[in-house]
Amino acid sequence: MNTKKVVLSFPPGTVEDPIIYHLIMDYGLMVNILRASIDAGKQGRVVAELKGDDNQLKNGANFLESKGVEIEPLTEEIRHIEERCTSCTSCVPLCPTGALDVDRETWLVSHDADKCVVCLSCVDVCPYRAVTAHFQ
Amino acid sequence: MAKTIEEINEKIRSGNVVVFTAEEVIDLVRKKGPRQASQEIDVVTTGTFSPMCSSGAFINLKQDKQKMKLGGGWVTLNGVQAYAGLAAADIYLGATALPDGDPRNNNGRRGRFRYGGAHVIEDLVQGKQVLLKAEGYGTDCYPKKWREQMIGFDEMNEAVLFNPRNCYQNYNVAVNLSDKPIYTYMGKLNPRLGNANYCSAGQLSPLLNDPMYRTIGIGTRLFLSGTEGYVAWHGTQHNPNVPRLENLTPRAGAGTLALVGNLKEMDPKWLRAVSFTGYGVSLSVAVGLPIPILDEEMMRFVSVSDADLKAPVIDYSQFYPTGEGKPKLGEVTYAELKSGAIQIDGKDVPTGCFSSYQKAREVAEHLKSLITDGRFFLSCPVSPLSGPAEEQGDLK
Repeated sequence: MNTKKVVLSFPPGTVEDPIIYHLIMDYGLMVNILRASIDAGKQGRVVAELKGDDNQLKNGANFLESKGVEIEPLTEEIRHIEERCTSCTSCVPLCPTGALDVDRETWLVSHDADKCVVCLSCVDVCPYRAVTAHFQ
Repeated sequence: MAKTIEEINEKIRSGNVVVFTAEEVIDLVRKKGPRQASQEIDVVTTGTFSPMCSSGAFINLKQDKQKMKLGGGWVTLNGVQAYAGLAAADIYLGATALPDGDPRNNNGRRGRFRYGGAHVIEDLVQGKQVLLKAEGYGTDCYPKKWREQMIGFDEMNEAVLFNPRNCYQNYNVAVNLSDKPIYTYMGKLNPRLGNANYCSAGQLSPLLNDPMYRTIGIGTRLFLSGTEGYVAWHGTQHNPNVPRLENLTPRAGAGTLALVGNLKEMDPKWLRAVSFTGYGVSLSVAVGLPIPILDEEMMRFVSVSDADLKAPVIDYSQFYPTGEGKPKLGEVTYAELKSGAIQIDGKDVPTGCFSSYQKAREVAEHLKSLITDGRFFLSCPVSPLSGPAEEQGDLK
């Protein structure tokens, strides 16, 4: 079994197609959706973990590409820019996994990449723009 | 025995002054009692680092050889409009001003507000140049009608930070009772009490350590984002007449300060622009106020801890914007807020803050070292801030 974190970009016209359903039912992949959005132009983006054996992952990827879905590996994930962070803690309650947390002695905020699921909750809420998302 | 500010300044001059931060002093007063502690300690330093939208800078631009009247004209700095309804070369750049063409909140999409007046101010403090574009109508004495050039502090006679409201004495804890997320000046509030946001340094906050404005008044010298600043006036919305606790600290937003300081001397470490998704741009400044320990009462005032300070919990989905619904969902102490979660209606609600306690500590420590090193002297207020109206009687 392998796990791949990917960013899937859906072209307009595919958002009404149950593509994730087919990925699970027809290709046997376990899909853990971390974030999904559809913009005004009906383009969709899904950040997901795909779990399966090499064959399943390869066939699933072929299926997605046949539907016009772009697949990009999720590599660098969330970056916490310490020199921009003022440790105000506004991100802390919105981080679902505790990856962004504050030491209540020093009151310094830190980011633990191992706990981060790249839900992107923090990106929009940091007033100092000290957390950024990097997909490549 | 009571001390005067002049006596304290003499101790600073001779290197014998005893200074504690408002955090350090709590345990000491607990151990020694306010009477003895007041004889040993001369000054207690406070600190805060937090966004405040009511901020901006007065700028006077050096004229070119051919002069130009900006007053009544149109001026932008890096595309952000400054107020030009002043004299020929004066402008006011507000922290929340946005460039033309910023998408703002539009068609249901939340604005990101990546650049505005506060960012221009931050760029200038970082030593950068910004693009000035100015249009005037031309007069006999000011013939030039158009000016476009890169400018920095060198091209300004004065650049003065003037914040009409800073240092709010206590503030709301913001929550969202509705079924959808909301984006406010208190940050993103998730539905059904998803989070609770507050904004105060609590036990380190300047006006919570001088709750009745005994030592902080018009003319008080303070540390402002890396340089000396002053209290210019009471801040806008200054309202001392709110209910107070036994220790005389207010149970809601109360006093405020209008602050002024030389922007050219400020340090980018202590001045930062902020962008609130869905709300707008704001400016964070560092403020450190020294409190002279004149007597036992002042010692008692500065010894309040987070457990002794309370803030009201307000619903920002309904009551704050519309005035409808329950005015207050409860009251919590800063100790509870800082523990990471508060209880509202039996639910554990995680807390976040916009005022950096870590930076507030740094500010209070820095001001302490300035005073101990003889580089910062205390001032007597020229005039007091208005306190609670006497006819209101018992404010508790």
